[in-house]
Amino acid sequence: MSKKSLISIRDFTKEEILHVLETAKEFEKNKEQKFLEGKVIASLFFEPSTRTRLSFETAINRLGAKVIGFSDATNTSQSKGETLKDTIIMVSNYVDMIVMRHPLEGSSRYASEVATVPVVNAGDGANQHPSQTLLDLYSILQTQGTLEGLTINMVGDLKYGRTTHSLLQAMSHFNPKFIFTAPEELKMPQEYKDFLDSKGIEYIETTSLDEHLNDCDILYMTRVQQERFTDPMEYERVKDVYRLEASMLSGVRENMKILHPLPRVTEIDQDVDDNPHAYYFKQAENGLYVRMAIISYLLGYR
Amino acid sequence: MTRKELVVSALENGTVLDHIPAENVYKALDLLDLKGIGNQITIGINLNSKAQGRKGIIKVEDKFFEDEELNKLALIAPQATVNIIRDFKVVEKKKLSMPKEVIGIAKCRNPKCVTNHQPIQTRFATVEKDNRISLLCHFCEKSTEIKHAL
Repeated sequence: MSKKSLISIRDFTKEEILHVLETAKEFEKNKEQKFLEGKVIASLFFEPSTRTRLSFETAINRLGAKVIGFSDATNTSQSKGETLKDTIIMVSNYVDMIVMRHPLEGSSRYASEVATVPVVNAGDGANQHPSQTLLDLYSILQTQGTLEGLTINMVGDLKYGRTTHSLLQAMSHFNPKFIFTAPEELKMPQEYKDFLDSKGIEYIETTSLDEHLNDCDILYMTRVQQERFTDPMEYERVKDVYRLEASMLSGVRENMKILHPLPRVTEIDQDVDDNPHAYYFKQAENGLYVRMAIISYLLGYR
Repeated sequence: MTRKELVVSALENGTVLDHIPAENVYKALDLLDLKGIGNQITIGINLNSKAQGRKGIIKVEDKFFEDEELNKLALIAPQATVNIIRDFKVVEKKKLSMPKEVIGIAKCRNPKCVTNHQPIQTRFATVEKDNRISLLCHFCEKSTEIKHAL
């Protein structure tokens, strides 16, 4: 099998997406499948991330492979001025696969072109985070029984929020409808709306969280991420714009589930956590099975 | 009787790049790597043009470009015409076609793009929408308007 990387959700066809989701179901049923014994996988986190790193490293361990790597770039030779290319080529020689997160956008694509082993992008700045997208799709599939013909209401930071952009691209295979709930400052960028127009996919834009709460199958909440803002005043204006509380959920569709890539801050009140519509903690758990499936697929084992 | 006179002198052999937007002549010289070469080059800027108002023209003596090279000009002067001159006569006229990819010559406008921080050759796909060209970065997947990229 030739080297295949996962850098952007667009690297996977609809068939590959569905295949990985099916494989993830198997891993959810049986977490102990150590068929990667003897493999070594690098986990290169040039930027800190607790959730994604632990999820990937757990997935690697559950598959029986060993992990090498770092969780912070300050103690690496990058801090001595080594180029990304040299680091990646060097690590390529040691391992069977590289999982990397890097603050620069496009860094993972570049790494995949200089590496001799598959690269999985675990987040490149505000650009792509495809394993998050696949776990979002898996969560939608598991809660709705299908990916076809659903209405997804995306809420919060739709301008800088890469998870919403990638989810939109991935869902475009499955005849969705979208509702974009965002303040003026954080609206869905034009390029993504152009993309939907080109595919003939319907979307509605609103600034009010209440307006379409009862019209969706998936409520995809996002955090307004301070670290993505270049203008601190803009962040102050919009940081607390939406707050979902349990009392707002009385009229929602029965099948409706609330997703959130986590961490959440104030956008979902704690009183929602025990509500039957809340799914975000289970969603995070799903990340493990999906990452096991991604790694197995790229290494040619599933 | 009106006297017909060439504003820019005629070429014996070479290439005439005509109908370049006047403001993009210097960029055209850059794109086609004409600044360092030893050939005789005549440049006209803000010449009268019926179609464009003010146009630019570049005449390069004894230079015949590959199509791939010429097509770079389409990025900043899609309406430009190319005349190949041999023995003072136009022997061929060429139309430019938009290159699918732009490698090395443009700069990504995304300050967080890896190409602006590491020694990497830039690479873009050209995207045409409503008669405007933008460049989609192969690495960071952001698009940059052509006037900001070159």
